[in-house]
Amino acid sequence: MAKLDSKVPPGELSGKWRRHKADIRLVNPANKRKYEVIVVGAGLAGASASASLAEMGYKVSNFVFHDSPRRAHSIAAQGGINAAKNYQNDGDSVYRLFYDTIKGGDYRSREANVHRLAEVSVNIIDQCVAQGVPFAREYGGLLDNRSFGGAQVSRTFYARGQTGQQLLLGAYSALSKGVASGGITLHTQSEMLDLVVVDGHAKGIIVRDLVTGEITRHAADAVILATGGYGNVFNLSTYARGSNATAIWRAYKRGACFANPCFTQIHPTCIPVTGDYQSKLTLMSESLRNDGRIWVPKKKEDRLKPPASIPEADRDYYLERIYPSFGNLCPRDVASRAAKRVCDEGRGVGISGLGVYLDFAESIGRLGEAGVRERYGNLFDIYKEITNENAYKVPMRIFPAVHYTMGGLWVDYNLMSNVPGLFVLGEANFSDHGANRLGASALMQGLGDGYFVIPYTVGDYLATQKPGSRPKTDAAEFKAAETEVALSASRLLGIKGKEPVSHFHKRLGHIMWQYCGMARNKAGLEQALKEIPALREEFWKNVNVPGSGDTMNQSLEKAGRVGDFLELGELMCRDALAREESCGGHFREEHQHPDGECKRDDVNFAHVAAWEFAGEGKEPIRNTETLNYETVKMSVRNYK
Amino acid sequence: MDLARNLFRSTIGRKLIMAATGVVLIGFVAGHLVGNLQVFEDPDRINGYAHFLQSLGPALWLVRLFLLACVCLHVWSATVLSLESIKARGSEPYRVKRWIDASFASRYMRGTGYVVLAFILYHLAHFTVGAAQPATFKANIPHYVMKGDYHILGVTVVQAGTEVLDCRSMVIGGFRNPVVAVFYMVAVGLLSLHLLHGAESLFQTFGWRNRSWERALKAVVTLLCAAYFLGNLAIPGSVLLGMLR
Amino acid sequence: MSTKTFSVTVRVWRQAGPGQPGAFADYPVAGVNPDMSFLEMLDVLNDELTMKGIEPVAFAHDCREGICGTCSLVIDGKPHGPHHGVASCQTYMRSYKDGDVIVVEPFRARPFPVVKDLVTDRSAFDKIQQAGGFISIRTGSAPEANSVPVPKEVADLAMDAAQCIGCGACVAACPNGSASLFLGAKITHLGELPQGQPERADRVVRMVEQHDAEGFGGCTNTGACTVSCPKEIPLDVISQLNRDYLHATTGGRRSG
Ligand SMILES: Cc1cc2nc3c(=O)[nH]c(=O)nc-3n(C[C@H](O)[C@H](O)[C@H](O)COP(=O)(O)OP(=O)(O)OC[C@H]3O[C@@H](n4cnc5c(N)ncnc54)[C@H](O)[C@@H]3O)c2cc1C
Ligand code: HEM
Ligand code: HEM
Ligand code: SF4
Ligand code: F3S
Ligand code: FES
Repeated sequence: MAKLDSKVPPGELSGKWRRHKADIRLVNPANKRKYEVIVVGAGLAGASASASLAEMGYKVSNFVFHDSPRRAHSIAAQGGINAAKNYQNDGDSVYRLFYDTIKGGDYRSREANVHRLAEVSVNIIDQCVAQGVPFAREYGGLLDNRSFGGAQVSRTFYARGQTGQQLLLGAYSALSKGVASGGITLHTQSEMLDLVVVDGHAKGIIVRDLVTGEITRHAADAVILATGGYGNVFNLSTYARGSNATAIWRAYKRGACFANPCFTQIHPTCIPVTGDYQSKLTLMSESLRNDGRIWVPKKKEDRLKPPASIPEADRDYYLERIYPSFGNLCPRDVASRAAKRVCDEGRGVGISGLGVYLDFAESIGRLGEAGVRERYGNLFDIYKEITNENAYKVPMRIFPAVHYTMGGLWVDYNLMSNVPGLFVLGEANFSDHGANRLGASALMQGLGDGYFVIPYTVGDYLATQKPGSRPKTDAAEFKAAETEVALSASRLLGIKGKEPVSHFHKRLGHIMWQYCGMARNKAGLEQALKEIPALREEFWKNVNVPGSGDTMNQSLEKAGRVGDFLELGELMCRDALAREESCGGHFREEHQHPDGECKRDDVNFAHVAAWEFAGEGKEPIRNTETLNYETVKMSVRNYK
Repeated sequence: MDLARNLFRSTIGRKLIMAATGVVLIGFVAGHLVGNLQVFEDPDRINGYAHFLQSLGPALWLVRLFLLACVCLHVWSATVLSLESIKARGSEPYRVKRWIDASFASRYMRGTGYVVLAFILYHLAHFTVGAAQPATFKANIPHYVMKGDYHILGVTVVQAGTEVLDCRSMVIGGFRNPVVAVFYMVAVGLLSLHLLHGAESLFQTFGWRNRSWERALKAVVTLLCAAYFLGNLAIPGSVLLGMLR
Repeated sequence: MSTKTFSVTVRVWRQAGPGQPGAFADYPVAGVNPDMSFLEMLDVLNDELTMKGIEPVAFAHDCREGICGTCSLVIDGKPHGPHHGVASCQTYMRSYKDGDVIVVEPFRARPFPVVKDLVTDRSAFDKIQQAGGFISIRTGSAPEANSVPVPKEVADLAMDAAQCIGCGACVAACPNGSASLFLGAKITHLGELPQGQPERADRVVRMVEQHDAEGFGGCTNTGACTVSCPKEIPLDVISQLNRDYLHATTGGRRSG
């Protein structure tokens, strides 16, 4: 059994981080140069960490599978980033941001981590502004804010609809500065395919050059994974196509615990699937729910009729009906599940039957088309571009889609996994969002981890490692890991089966969506636990990966990633099955209040489930870390 | 030091050289046209003017050298930039080749530029050296005697009775040959086209162009280029049509 | 939503690796749905090729929503396809009709060598960025964010330029293989903001030097770049670039 010590510092909550920073071990400046740190990933978390560590004097090697660090999936985040600046003077504070995030996460995150996140949030904004991030401004020249779901204050900073892009470009520019000064060595198109553990410590990685196919070994004194989320296990999601779980999955198989894998966030307002060829779901901003009314026909027979021909009396504005006080504005998980229910009843609209109307007729009547255009014009344009439909004339069709994974590798307060020397940042770790993430908080976490947490905590570990003591890459562990990686590639290339990789990814996605999606139950999860291993077996017999391993081979890249998803999907279902409660994004149909709301079980499940790899073909071990709520009182989330 | 290095070594630097010399050349051709249009007035005017210019001696040479330097720099920059562009495009062309949005004038800057260069050489041989059409060259035809004074800005620069070269007859004589006249017309057409893009482009090069007055700039440049073209066209044109003799 | 499907032929550039000779190959694709994105059509083609044992066509893509700048196709002679202001991944098959022959080529420019098929190496852009595309500030040393007010118009101008997704379509479209629009976007973004002032002169000189060293050509103001740019970055940024460069080289405001 893995030992899970959260290393949360003792003492009063708001002083923990300050005291911890004072107590932490330091690395002598002259010695910093002697330490090499590998950072995998250059999203908000990885780029900010690389830049900060290089500034401090560490030698950093940064690895990304993208062709440029600037292309990390963080670039796609639209809405904004939270920070407790209280510029609007509406009563915001570090405590309130902390509290909202804890509550939003349905009491399944670690208090101390979340409080620290809220504390550093203010520094993030300072840092980004100084880097030249062009946040939206008011006419007076000061920073503007908007409000976001799950909060009663305006604390979200934004840069048009491209906040993630601008924050990432800021971090990327800091990274570029580090490359220019020689502190960072950049390895693009380099995919980490294994973690190397020597004497129980993470000391290196194995990498495949995606252009030449060359497999190389890299040693370091510490390894940082900032490789993003794994939502593409569902195949269709709002993630970039390249996002994958490979880095954290291979680390899991080297001993790092995987925490709360089943916690996924499903966003209610995405453009629905139109056909089997579909590769990607596009997010439409949540803000549309401010003025659009969501409905489906009352009668199944009406679902393909032109919406305008369906009289008011035959429409079911189900959110307004079920949640009269929050109506169309209820939280993401609640709105998503409601949409699923009406579609399951056969009332979903569009050819696929997987869609609900988001209707602006009423607000166009109230504000005029120009008024609606002013507020949402760009979103209507995107919608038109993708669907070729004019949402000013016919209602939009929307459907929930996988958007974020709260689960990830388990880390302690120092963001170190249970494998010493292996740190995990950003969406790749599990730490700050509990069972449900609030909008605009992932960007905050990624940058908080990278700029303000890891620069301190990595030193605490390195101070225990003698400078120059890192193993050489000809050590046995490196050789063995490299051989395994090479073997697995040649195995994939050798199958020469009948189906392309995408075929298996799609099927896995269907299983996951069906049984481990918005609503889960015991029977379904057990079914999935039968189907996934069977599918995996078929994959390893019947996949066709053309080409060779010694050039760019996109099929091989995909095959490796899907191979990992086929294992991770199983773990997710296992986790969902074991968690006999409903909380946040995890909804077990057996555990609901009579009104269909999540029924948490704080007596038996107020803990983190951290899964430990027990060997191929063996059942993984479910370790737990108890969540001690010292400051906040757990209560029921209610949105009626 | 920095200035020289940056101007000559970088793409933008060379572009700035091209724009700066372009301004000088535009100044010259504009002035030259105004001077040349005197051909439509009393022969005293253009002949007096030509004589005055010739009489400047060393000053004239300074101006000529300066102009020559500008042309050389302009052509040098254009050539280096063109070679770089060809290299930067790489060896593999697009199968489907499109000029995206580029205006007609901008596409053929190199072509129009080099034709203008060829024209200038011919033109010098024609009216300055007399190698092209020696029969009508000013030195080979009867001189002209000024009927009145020629003045610039009220100052008398050539006095009545002075015997000067008959520039006017040379020009008219030269353009009586339709081939020559048509060649001139084509050349000034290409030059106008060159300027149509060049005069707008130089604002961009100096960093003076932006969205708010892009349209106005384009309109003014187009108008001036059209005027320039028509003005130049008028001289050989009128000779051909027999209106100027 | 439409259910009528049709067939097209894609004529696509195939090249096994960097520096190797390439050629066009014609592939028919049936069952094209007008709601498919162009890249999804290529996905379908690739699955078919895979099942026939032919290596699929390599093409770069990631976000598929026009923000990451990875996708980079020249479709019928136009970088990012027939429409203005969108990336390749936002091109939909409804722009085509039954029987169309669609020519797909990689972005071409010497500094963007082909890696394989339609994938090119655009790391030259990263090098330009590393030459000075940043504001030198140390983590943790930033002043309070609201201590320097930035007029809204200035912030908006900076944002207009900062939207560049680094795709390289401007280079692919430019008859001179110039990266001026990309470079101008960086210079304008950082140069507009008060935070970018201390390094402004140095930055432009160094970034232009790198631009030239990477082998990009000089701009002759033809404007093809802005037309192909998925973010419609205006030509003004090149004007700004030139002005800053002139200023930096003549004004002697170089700090380094
Ligand atoms: C459409 C959309 C909109 C969003 N909007 C918001 C928002 O408004 N506000 C908000 O707070 N959050 C938002 N999010 C969530 C947020 O964007 C992400 O959670 C966050 O950006 C993740 O950042 P990251 O640094 O952890 O990882 P990523 O940005 O995903 O970066 C992962 C990095 O790891 C590298 N990598 C991965 N695996 C490997 C490997 N095996 N080898 C080498 N390199 C590897 C990649 O190359 C990449 O550089 C949104 C998400 C989506 C999908
Ligand atoms: C119809 C059009 C033109 C006419 C009638 C014309 C006429 C003349 C004449 C008569 C001279 C000789 C002046 C003298 O030595 O006495 C001259 C010189 C010259 N012209 Fe033109 N010209 C025309 C167009 C142009 C154009 C378009 C250019 C440039 C591109 C040009 C460039 C020159 C130059 C460089 C000289 C030499 C000046 C010197 O001696 O230093 N001309 N032109
Ligand atoms: C009287 C003669 C000429 C004048 C007045 C003139 C003027 C100009 C001007 C104003 C520009 C624009 C500079 C800028 O964009 O900043 C320009 C560009 C250019 N000129 Fe000339 N030029 C002349 C002759 C030539 C010649 C002889 C050549 C021959 C090689 C030439 C080749 C070019 C080229 C290639 C460009 C760049 C095109 C571009 O910027 O799009 N020009 N010229
Ligand atoms: S300027 Fe436009 S075309 Fe060029 S890289 Fe940026 S987004 Fe792409
Ligand atoms: S297309 Fe090229 S020429 Fe200049 S205006 Fe754009 S860089
Ligand atoms: S795939 Fe990201 S911009 Fe097209």
